[in-house]
Amino acid sequence: MKIGYGHMGTLTMVVELLLEELGHEPVVPHRPTRQTLALGAKYAPEFACIPFKIVLGTYLECLERGADTLLSGGGYGPCRAGMYGEVHGRILRDLGYNPQVIFLFPPLIKPYHFFKKVSLLKGRCSWFHLARAIRKAWTKLTFLDQMELLSQTKRPRELTRGATSKAFERGLTYLHQAKSLNEIIEAGHAALAELDQVPVDPAADPLKVGIIGEIYVQLEPFANHYIEETLGHLGVEVRRSIYLTSYTRHDVLSTKGDMSSRSLAMPYLNQKIGGHGQNSVGDVIRYAKLGYNGVVQLAPFSCIPEIVAKSLMPYLSKKYGIPVLTLFIDEQTGPTGIQTRLEAFVDLMEQRRAQTREGARMQTGSAV
Amino acid sequence: MDVYLGVDVGSVSTNLVLIDRDNRVLAFEYLRTRGQPIQAVQEGLKLLEQKMPSGAVVAGVGTTGSARTLAGVVVGADTVKNEITAHAVAAGLVVPGVQTVLELGGQDSKIIILRHGVVIDFAMNTICAAGTGSFLDHQAARLGIPIEEFGTLALRARNPVHIAGRCSVFAESDMIHKQQIGHPIEDIIAGLCDALVRNYLNNVGKGKEILPPVVFQGGVAANVGIKAAFEKALQMEVHVPPHHLVMGALGAAYLAQSAVAKKGATNFRGFSVSDFDYQTSTFECKGCPNICEIVNISLDGTLLARWGSRCGKWEHLEEQQ
Repeated sequence: MKIGYGHMGTLTMVVELLLEELGHEPVVPHRPTRQTLALGAKYAPEFACIPFKIVLGTYLECLERGADTLLSGGGYGPCRAGMYGEVHGRILRDLGYNPQVIFLFPPLIKPYHFFKKVSLLKGRCSWFHLARAIRKAWTKLTFLDQMELLSQTKRPRELTRGATSKAFERGLTYLHQAKSLNEIIEAGHAALAELDQVPVDPAADPLKVGIIGEIYVQLEPFANHYIEETLGHLGVEVRRSIYLTSYTRHDVLSTKGDMSSRSLAMPYLNQKIGGHGQNSVGDVIRYAKLGYNGVVQLAPFSCIPEIVAKSLMPYLSKKYGIPVLTLFIDEQTGPTGIQTRLEAFVDLMEQRRAQTREGARMQTGSAV
Repeated sequence: MDVYLGVDVGSVSTNLVLIDRDNRVLAFEYLRTRGQPIQAVQEGLKLLEQKMPSGAVVAGVGTTGSARTLAGVVVGADTVKNEITAHAVAAGLVVPGVQTVLELGGQDSKIIILRHGVVIDFAMNTICAAGTGSFLDHQAARLGIPIEEFGTLALRARNPVHIAGRCSVFAESDMIHKQQIGHPIEDIIAGLCDALVRNYLNNVGKGKEILPPVVFQGGVAANVGIKAAFEKALQMEVHVPPHHLVMGALGAAYLAQSAVAKKGATNFRGFSVSDFDYQTSTFECKGCPNICEIVNISLDGTLLARWGSRCGKWEHLEEQQ
């Protein structure tokens, strides 16, 4: 099968590897561009959220490049993302394409369905071969997560602006070329070494910001206007509430979701409301407890779970003493507006930190 | 005497302020940007130069507003700051202890919450420009009322009508409807002021704890009708500072003073920049699928700055030339 799929950050090359291992021909999606979004927005319902539009645009680009099958992670309610695969399929059929569409549902929610779809993808490969392919993919994914974490630490400290991003891109090419398990491990270490060599200012004292919110706008840099890079260049060390390896462990394989953020959210929002709404509530509290200087909530415009979470933010921000900036993103969102808000948010956090430190200094001073 | 220059280039207006070491406003200029930020800055500098006190030397310059980067290159800024921080700084200077800043500009509106002199929260309008200066301008022009008298008329209203203020286009339809059925113009204008304030508080001000002292600034603060509507809705006094029009520039000037204190000397190109011939050009980089729009700023044929690329490859001028 010639399989196309949505582009979501570093996951893209891992899916490529898996499909190749199973004997398919992956039609690897390009990084989304303004044209991708324009294409998606043209054929999507106006009030669909931005992940829907970008993914639709990507599907269309894959189909143009010869894909006959589309692969997508399916969701389950109550967030409408659960219906997105179906709606995508119908829109594409209306446009005269006739791809086979494969949705993978979370294995523990619909085990039989999942088994059937996996068997379809597995084709004539043995289960042993599949297990080996998954192991390779998982190894790659783990390295990619480590690279992202290291680049997030390095970026606000780098001496030459952009050096970290360049090293990260080089690391991606190493990992992309690596196909066997040994090659992947070797390339992964080489990529991490590449990032490690980026010269940093040892005296740098970056602010720490947690990025929370809906998964697609967190993981796809194009969707969030490269927020990690923007904040990094403003001297901020970021962490995301979602990394693919932890997401797979907590959200895909367990039906209970991420236990820690879920239990933290419980007193304020005691049920899953779809998407990452409940996670966002818990994540703010977690970052506050970890002593972060602020939180940026990323939400696709019109995303109900994130709107519900946002309505709790003023209360949580006050109660836990952590500034929260919510950014709603749609195809009309301009990079300038995001830049202005992020700059102001960084100023706000810097002032707060200076004030807290001043207060602490005064206190120890008077004690002496 | 050392003076500090602040330049705020917004979507609608370009403001310049000169302050002394004690943050007193010595002179200011308020011009329309008319979509030509460079020319507006040059014209403003020319006018401001004539108001310079004798013996004054510009010891620092800061820029802010949506064209802050561009303006920064043109004047040689010591600090380039976003307009949210600049407005907060200015409000804190003018009204010490300020806890809430309401700002209504040409096409944007913001709210800034401060506690103990530090910004703790802010919001800016995102998808809606209803309630900003441009809309009021448009309505004043449609009704044939000079914008300066718009507010005073609103204060004369006996029974403000209810106007749907959620969307500027529908607000206009609603106003026309109210006119057609015979409501007096004062009541409609007052109703519009109420609607805009309601929309602002429900949108930008949603979830924000508005505590006094409240400072109202930006171009729209000149409108006494809107000020009265805010006071009615918030049930508290709203201060409009004397230089409410140019608060962003004032904040930038103040920030320039601290920036220069840190680094020692100013990068100000001098008032003569108003006679320089700046050119801008743009092109699409086809190096990757991002297709960034790159902007070039040059002075007499020499490239001064370039931005817009995501990867930064166009921003190192030495390598390009």
